[in-house]
Amino acid sequence: MLEQTDPSQPSTPSTPSEPAAGRDDRAVVRDALGVGVAVGLSGFAFGVTAVGAGLSLAQTCALSLFVFTGASQFALVGALAAGGSPLTAAAGAFFLGVRNTFYGLRLATLLRLPRLVRPFAAHLVIDETAAVTLAQEDRRGARIGFTVTGVTVFVLWNLTTLLGAVGAGALGDTKAWGLDAAGPAVFLALLAPMLRTAVARATAGLAVVLGLGLLPVLPAGVPVLLSGLAAPAVLLMQGRFAGRDRPAGGGAEWGTEPEDEPEDESGIESGNESEEGRR
Amino acid sequence: MSVWIAIAATALGCYAVKLLGLSVPEGVLERPVVKRLVTLLPVALLAALTAQQTFSDGGVLVLDAKAAGISAAAVALLLRAPFLLVIAVAVLVTAGVRAMS
Repeated sequence: MLEQTDPSQPSTPSTPSEPAAGRDDRAVVRDALGVGVAVGLSGFAFGVTAVGAGLSLAQTCALSLFVFTGASQFALVGALAAGGSPLTAAAGAFFLGVRNTFYGLRLATLLRLPRLVRPFAAHLVIDETAAVTLAQEDRRGARIGFTVTGVTVFVLWNLTTLLGAVGAGALGDTKAWGLDAAGPAVFLALLAPMLRTAVARATAGLAVVLGLGLLPVLPAGVPVLLSGLAAPAVLLMQGRFAGRDRPAGGGAEWGTEPEDEPEDESGIESGNESEEGRR
Repeated sequence: MSVWIAIAATALGCYAVKLLGLSVPEGVLERPVVKRLVTLLPVALLAALTAQQTFSDGGVLVLDAKAAGISAAAVALLLRAPFLLVIAVAVLVTAGVRAMS
């Protein structure tokens, strides 16, 4: 949901101040509630945006109840509002949700959930729960953090979605209130913390060019899917440059920027690691 | 009706990938190249979505009040404003520019 911003929130305060011995349950609950409240409240923006995009109250609430991963919800609503076909719109939302698989992989080893609990827990696997859970040091803390964060976000996200959706109707023309800017602002806020490495910035730049360049010529929703190709494209280019650079051993071509290749590579690695660390 | 189809497809797909993560044996999807792709894929999608929703209206590229609002949000992000404030800035600036123009 407001996923990518939030992994930084719980751990920034908790990691440094925390004694290695571990924290008591109340501290876990407090952190989890804090994240849950902060994120849950932004469901209001989603409710307003969805109704402003032409969805009904029931459709808006169904999204928050059953999709329950904010970036995907915003993406779906945006694509439908732009006139995208249902399946193209769903595909874009789906690809944004794929990263939850990787949170699940990490959480599974940490939580060791019984088989029967997994189908229920799975619905709560989002950035916020991953952020809080992965910051815990033992299984007990992880389970408490996961449950409290998940339930808090779920309840507040759905309540505020409902409030936003109802409120949007009372507001009348949502454009006059500038509420059509909420969706892109959410995306930007999610994106910003991911742009730490040169590779990420190159990917974002290429994706913007693809997204805007293809927008006038292809059916709605398709350009966003194609812009996803920026990710493998940049990785391929990076791999090719790295491969060319290695045998040359810092040839003239790279002489001006000798740190380019290693920096990029470590950029990705450290990006991953710092994300893990933050969680 | 088609909106409900999109909602159902998204809900099923997003639930399936969540459950997959919890159920797959350890290490299966942890290849470095897969991890990198999964790290970069949301970057590409979010960047394209931000740009499109800022600079387009009904399939046509436009430059309107939203651009001002999103620029203001970007400044707020650079100043490390909290999430909700960033959204509020975007909305208020967009509304303000519209009211003036």
